[in-house]
Amino acid sequence: MSAFLFWIFALLTLIFGAAVILNRNPVASALSLVVSFLGLAALFMSLNAYFIGIIQVLVYTGAVMVLFLFIIMLLDLRAEEGRRINWLASAGGLAVALILLGQIFSVVGHLTIAHQAFPPLPGSTIDDVRNIGAALFGNYNLPFQIVGVLVLVATIGVVLLSKRQPR
Amino acid sequence: MNSFLPWTILLAPLISAVFITLFALRWKAVSSFISIAAVLVSFACSCLIFTQSGIAAAELTWINIGGALKVPLGFTLDQLSKTMLLVVSGVGATIHIYSLGYMRDDEGRSRYFAALSLFMFAMFGIVLANNFVMLFIFWELVGFTSYVLIGHWFFRDAAADAANKAFITTRIGDFGFMIGILMVWMATGSIVFAEITPRMPDLVSHPTFVTIAALLIFCGAVGKSAQFPLHVWLPDAMEGPTPISALIHAATMVAAGVYMLVRVAFVIQASQTALLVVAWIGTITAAMAALIATQQNDIKRILAYSTLSQLGYMVMAVGLASNDAAMFHLFTHAFFKALLFLAAGSIIVMLHHEQNIWKMGGLSRKLPVTFVTFAIGALALIGCPPFSGFFSKDAILALAYERNMPIFTLGLFTAFLTAFYVVRLLVIVFFGDTRSEAARQSKESPLVMTGPLIVLAIFAAVGGFGFFARNFLVLPIEKETGFFVPALAFGALIVGSGLAIGIYRSRASDPIDIEVLRHKFYFDELYAWLINWTHELLARVSAFFDRWIIDTGAVDGSSRGIWGIGALLRLIQLGNLQAYVFLFGLGVIAVIYFAVFR
Amino acid sequence: MITLGDYLIVSGILFVIGFAGVMLRRNLIIILMSLELMLNAANLSLVAFSRFRVDSTGLPDYDVQVFVFFIITVAAAEVAVGLAILVALYRARQTTDVKDISSLKF
Repeated sequence: MSAFLFWIFALLTLIFGAAVILNRNPVASALSLVVSFLGLAALFMSLNAYFIGIIQVLVYTGAVMVLFLFIIMLLDLRAEEGRRINWLASAGGLAVALILLGQIFSVVGHLTIAHQAFPPLPGSTIDDVRNIGAALFGNYNLPFQIVGVLVLVATIGVVLLSKRQPR
Repeated sequence: MNSFLPWTILLAPLISAVFITLFALRWKAVSSFISIAAVLVSFACSCLIFTQSGIAAAELTWINIGGALKVPLGFTLDQLSKTMLLVVSGVGATIHIYSLGYMRDDEGRSRYFAALSLFMFAMFGIVLANNFVMLFIFWELVGFTSYVLIGHWFFRDAAADAANKAFITTRIGDFGFMIGILMVWMATGSIVFAEITPRMPDLVSHPTFVTIAALLIFCGAVGKSAQFPLHVWLPDAMEGPTPISALIHAATMVAAGVYMLVRVAFVIQASQTALLVVAWIGTITAAMAALIATQQNDIKRILAYSTLSQLGYMVMAVGLASNDAAMFHLFTHAFFKALLFLAAGSIIVMLHHEQNIWKMGGLSRKLPVTFVTFAIGALALIGCPPFSGFFSKDAILALAYERNMPIFTLGLFTAFLTAFYVVRLLVIVFFGDTRSEAARQSKESPLVMTGPLIVLAIFAAVGGFGFFARNFLVLPIEKETGFFVPALAFGALIVGSGLAIGIYRSRASDPIDIEVLRHKFYFDELYAWLINWTHELLARVSAFFDRWIIDTGAVDGSSRGIWGIGALLRLIQLGNLQAYVFLFGLGVIAVIYFAVFR
Repeated sequence: MITLGDYLIVSGILFVIGFAGVMLRRNLIIILMSLELMLNAANLSLVAFSRFRVDSTGLPDYDVQVFVFFIITVAAAEVAVGLAILVALYRARQTTDVKDISSLKF
């Protein structure tokens, strides 16, 4: 895929990711996150991970963000009014984040394999759903089942947590 | 056969003591006869040994640590120990027989005789020992049996306290003694007397060491023979039965100190300073005790102080480097002091345990045999010729005249005082009017008690001549000074006796009252204050330590320390979620830094 | 030409954005959304490596993509439970400000 498309989608992801944390309105933040996820799905596609990309759209943007928006609406969260900003804490937090960023850049810069191109694939299209399915139900069957149980447990937990306390 | 004689002497009383304690405590008559039989066996063996020469006893090795420390159980059988054996067993035998009469009404007769036998065993051990460790073991045993016997009537507080006092005071001396023994062993590598004697000249190059060792060994004698400043136990020891006072605290145990000094004279004579110290302590003891005796009113106390005084003379003689004079005086003193105590016991029993001399009087008519024997002993004590005491005391005074004039002066003064208080005692007890009902109704003691008195009186009278003098009296000095010193001594005697007769004739109470002397120079009060002060100091130090260092420092300190650390750690629990994330981020950065960039 | 490093840098920036959001925003919903950003950054990095590592048949390493699948699943479950907790908290305290839930402060 051409570099141009890559950078478009990368910037999309990053800018709207920043928008998530910079917006005051929670709804705006949620919607920015949706766009960010879509950009991410495109990046997955550019890496020939079609299944993962579709799953990203279906599960993350389709289910998780919808849930977020439901909750925001349910709780009727308004935009945050002006509040006192603790400049010292903010500066400290920003400093930690930037140092972390610097360290990541440095590590990636020194990684020799990071400067290599991706190896070519045998065909233009690859049947990754079949391959992932085979791996999932073959080698990783047990974790699969366990994750299934995990989701069940999460469901039960959510039901319990949402019960209104009897007055 | 011959080599078992010393063992027999030593073990007969021990067997008696063990047998009585284990089997015969219920039968008083049986135990008393067993004990007397044992001591008579020892006496017989002592006579046998004395008449023969060249007896070598079998020796056992008790401890042997790689040649560095070799402790045998062996015997020395020279002139000194053979004679001492005779004296100890002889006087011991007479006192055993006397005790039959004196203790006939006592409930604890069996244990009395058992302890008496044990004492004889220990005393023989001291006399026969051929090395320091064996000597020390029997030394301690003698102290223990003395404690048992002084406290024979332990249900009386005074007796129990006196027994404790005796034991603890002699223990102090024994501590010094032990250190002295260790020092000698350290320097010469052996504790056997025969091996140390040739090695003593090698130590001439370390005079301070030898002086300290000699003085420490002398400490043992200071304790056991009740010299100044450890003399405080002997007068109180009179709480015990009178035969015990006679045997232990006149004739044998206190003499053990002097005997030990003579036995280890090679150590003490290696240092001139030590000799001087020994002589002066003896002199001081003699003078001080004589002064105190002039103001005492209990017949046994007066005799106790006179014992102290005469012991001082013996130690003085040792300090003047003449063992023969010391031993001679020791032997004569054993006889006449035992005699005096037994006679006093006879008086006490016949007056129903009255001991205050001002409640006696006129007893020369009531108790004639006792009076005669007591008088003989008293005359021997004050050194009146021709009794034995004259010769022995005179030998010592002649020695002092020759070698140390200040000591001689004090010795002469003490002789004057001795005459004074002894005659005072005689006059008040035996002459004049009978001053109490008990005195009026008294009569002579039975033969079982007067018999030993007579025997001892004979020895006290003739002991100065012939047979005994031949064995001990080796004093060319006496021949040089001629009759000057004896004349001076006799003069002191006359003056003292005359003064006493003049002051105390026909009196009902004591006209002289010197409080310092009556209170024995306040030594007991001084020691009590000292011990109290030491205890107080120790208690304060311990309290301080306990309150501040243990309670506040360790206990409180550790609790406050933990609390402080907890207070510091508590600051991490901020409750603020984002602060936790911040710290988490810091941690991640640090880990990445150390993992990747280092 | 796009290299592996580019993907990793994008992933890194996205991760730091999410981390900054967790540290600096006070609204709990925004914090949860920032958490999702961090998870997705990790996913991107994993998928990039999966495409980079090619096995003998020339295909990408699908085991990693299985891992990413699991991450997505678990993240979804976690979001559900997290939001349920948020709702319960809102009902109890009437606030979603993270500074107000500090009962564990010493």
